[in-house]
Amino acid sequence: MSASTNPTTPDVGASIRAAHTPLVRRMLRNGTGLTAIVILAIVILAAILAPLLTGSDPNRASVQDLLEPARAGHPLGFDAAGRDVFARLVYGARYTLLGALLATAVAALLGVVSGLIAGYYQKWFENVSSWVVSVVMALPAIVVLLAARAVLGPSLWLAMIVFGILLSPAFYRLVFTAVVNVRNELFVDAARVSGVRDLSIIGRHILSVVRAPIIIQAATVAGISIAIQAGLDFLGLGDQSIPTWGNMLNDAFAKMYQTPTLLLWPSLAIAITSVALVLFANTLRDELERSGRPRRRRARRADLRTTALPVATSAVPVESAAETVLHDEEADDRPVLLEVSDLRVGYDQPDGSITQVVDGVSLRVRRGEVHGLIGESGSGKTQTAWSILHLLPVGGRVLGGSIVFDGRDLARESGTAMRRLRGKRIAYIPQEPMSNLDPSFTIGSQLVEPMVVTLGIPRAEAKKRALALLARVGIPQPERAFAAYPHEVSGGMAQRVLIAGAVSCDPDLVIADEPTTALDVTVQAEILELLRELQKDLHVSVLIVTHNFGVVADLCDQVSVMQAGRIVESGPVRAIFRDPRHPYTRSLFEAILEDGAARGPLELASDRHTAPEGTR
Amino acid sequence: MTGTTAEPLLVVDDLVVEYPTKGLRRPPFRALKGASLDIRPGECVGLVGESGSGKTTLGRAVLGLAPVTGGSITFRGREIGNLSRSQRRSLSDDIQVVFQDPYSSLNPSLTIEQTLSEPLRVKHVSAADASRRVRELLDRVGLPSDAAGRLPREFSGGQRQRIAIARALALEPALIVCDEPVSALDLSTQARVLDLFLEIQEATGVSYLFVSHDLAVVRHLSHRVAVMYHGEIVEFGDGDQVTSAPENPYTQRLLLAAPVADPDRQEQRRADRRRLLDQQREAEAQASV
Repeated sequence: MSASTNPTTPDVGASIRAAHTPLVRRMLRNGTGLTAIVILAIVILAAILAPLLTGSDPNRASVQDLLEPARAGHPLGFDAAGRDVFARLVYGARYTLLGALLATAVAALLGVVSGLIAGYYQKWFENVSSWVVSVVMALPAIVVLLAARAVLGPSLWLAMIVFGILLSPAFYRLVFTAVVNVRNELFVDAARVSGVRDLSIIGRHILSVVRAPIIIQAATVAGISIAIQAGLDFLGLGDQSIPTWGNMLNDAFAKMYQTPTLLLWPSLAIAITSVALVLFANTLRDELERSGRPRRRRARRADLRTTALPVATSAVPVESAAETVLHDEEADDRPVLLEVSDLRVGYDQPDGSITQVVDGVSLRVRRGEVHGLIGESGSGKTQTAWSILHLLPVGGRVLGGSIVFDGRDLARESGTAMRRLRGKRIAYIPQEPMSNLDPSFTIGSQLVEPMVVTLGIPRAEAKKRALALLARVGIPQPERAFAAYPHEVSGGMAQRVLIAGAVSCDPDLVIADEPTTALDVTVQAEILELLRELQKDLHVSVLIVTHNFGVVADLCDQVSVMQAGRIVESGPVRAIFRDPRHPYTRSLFEAILEDGAARGPLELASDRHTAPEGTR
Repeated sequence: MTGTTAEPLLVVDDLVVEYPTKGLRRPPFRALKGASLDIRPGECVGLVGESGSGKTTLGRAVLGLAPVTGGSITFRGREIGNLSRSQRRSLSDDIQVVFQDPYSSLNPSLTIEQTLSEPLRVKHVSAADASRRVRELLDRVGLPSDAAGRLPREFSGGQRQRIAIARALALEPALIVCDEPVSALDLSTQARVLDLFLEIQEATGVSYLFVSHDLAVVRHLSHRVAVMYHGEIVEFGDGDQVTSAPENPYTQRLLLAAPVADPDRQEQRRADRRRLLDQQREAEAQASV
């Protein structure tokens, strides 16, 4: 597209609106949301169009009409002072809504602005504002409102302003936490580096993220202020000279036994409006949360496969040949421990369809063998590992094929049977050591507990074994690590602990999912060393999921290369490294930089001799 | 003769960065303990280190995103270590950034066009010019121009990283701080994005401070390499030499720790590493006697 055919940048507002239309449409499609919106629209319109809806003056009292029933032009009759009830109801909507709006606006303005500033700049402003907010929150609202009335007189507007101030902490807390989260996002840093002013960053990058929660909070606060305002008026503490729903309640209360219907109309108005506001807030929140999930999933899937965009970056083209390249097996008489055949795994989608992520995977792990499952993100390697363990996330299930482990087909086993198998015969080493240890228990108890349960041994013996294991996995002071909490040890240590846990019950098969990816290179080398030693000593089979060819070269006997849910090439590790046959495997090997030439020094005639670099 | 000189573009001298820690009288956390390096125009300096070594902090200090407590950062002879926010803004045409995480570095609610034109609009480029420039930039990084109207979530990690590179290029800076820009990417995507970095440098003569934990990546791209360990630069010199025959004991360990993608050579490397560790332990023991 050339610039001339597209002379202007699209209006920023328009495209943001465009990006959010689906939400508005979803709100309208949601039954509850639609009802709430319609009710709110009716109430607001009635308030605006009050003079058109009724010819009567809401404050004109006429002695002849005292408590008169409904008649033409006066659909709801008259109250105890001979005022038209319908007129008071629609004009009352004006005052009630304006009052609520005022309270909400004051609360939002104070809370959002201070929350934004405190969240973005932090430091002293945060301390001061947190103090102020805590004090305001500690104040009893009703007492403050009564005191304000005593000093300032019975004004609806003043009362609502005071109430708005009292409610501002609700906005402050909300905005503050949201901003603290957003300001650490890298796009905020990138905007700062781009020279964007703080005010524009707050307006453009931060406000856009906290906008929806603010709307939800505002609807809730408006509902509360309608109720509080009605309460004050009902107690006779409000301004009696204006028609509000609360004042109507107060008047009607006096005549409750004569004409109970007088109570009905303002009560209904208050109830319906408040409920509509709360429902609006709730559906908006629900819709936002719902939109969050599939969107994230979609984003991830965009990663998994080649995306919709036909761009140079998209992954290597999927081979049309679905054939798996199988290298000749080396003669091996070790018995087969795990045989996965034609495994297919899929995820249920909200629309009822199934997205298949593993598409006919077959692999074989012999006793005492280390089998590497290598592939890029989204190739289905982790999904394969999880389905062997029966640990697929919600929505995922095995669609077909078999997973035969030591003569039993795990694909057909029940959850209870798998629970007995996991930990005891099949162990798991996860990718993120830190998030797989419970921060609220000591490392020792997290090692002892499974042994007591799975092996049925007494606690004291389990502790002895745990200490021996910690020493075995190379932790220098096992007693100290045993008593420590996970946050007190480094990531490498945590991974050693998890490895100790994995081998604690003498499993036959260990499934390791990217066990060194989260670790530094030097730590990775140590962990690989440990895994190799343990594997030799315990003669355990290992299925290791990784994206790193170095790890495969270091540990594995056999390797299977996965792409887009299939195994494209499989065989003994040396055969594959020497002679990768599948084009995808070859392209992966070509992308490895290790053996590449260095770039060499900068070509500049003048700097040849200026290079005694400061080596420290 | 070209216009380039051997005068360094950026000089970081004895840089100290400290982060305050919570709690009374607790000493601040010293992320950088006197780090020095320099970058010449058109040069790529790789900065390698493990997590927590301070390499990212050094990049952030150059960008004005980390508090400089000591030492100096000089850009084109001007001290930029402790600029106010408004002075800092004027540097946005000179120093730009590509972050590691392609997911959090783009605002999810802004279209690619809005993200890319942001630095341009700050410089008061007209809407029409900005739009034209956005299309040039997308073309430059190998994305189709219809990408402009889309939201970040429609792109893969590698494509997002290209968008982040386009944003960094928008103001034609002299230096781009690249903070682990390929670490989150798959192997094959990583290779393509690295090629893009190379190609852009050759075409525009921009300098890179390329922060990474991966010696192989740094070796591929860098003219010179600095190695960081515990907040200090322990080795700085020619890229080939540092990444293949390092002198510093830590760099030696780092080099031998990375597994090679070849079973036999990896076996060799494993043996080398064990030997090196033994030697270093021995040397240490002797030194302490």
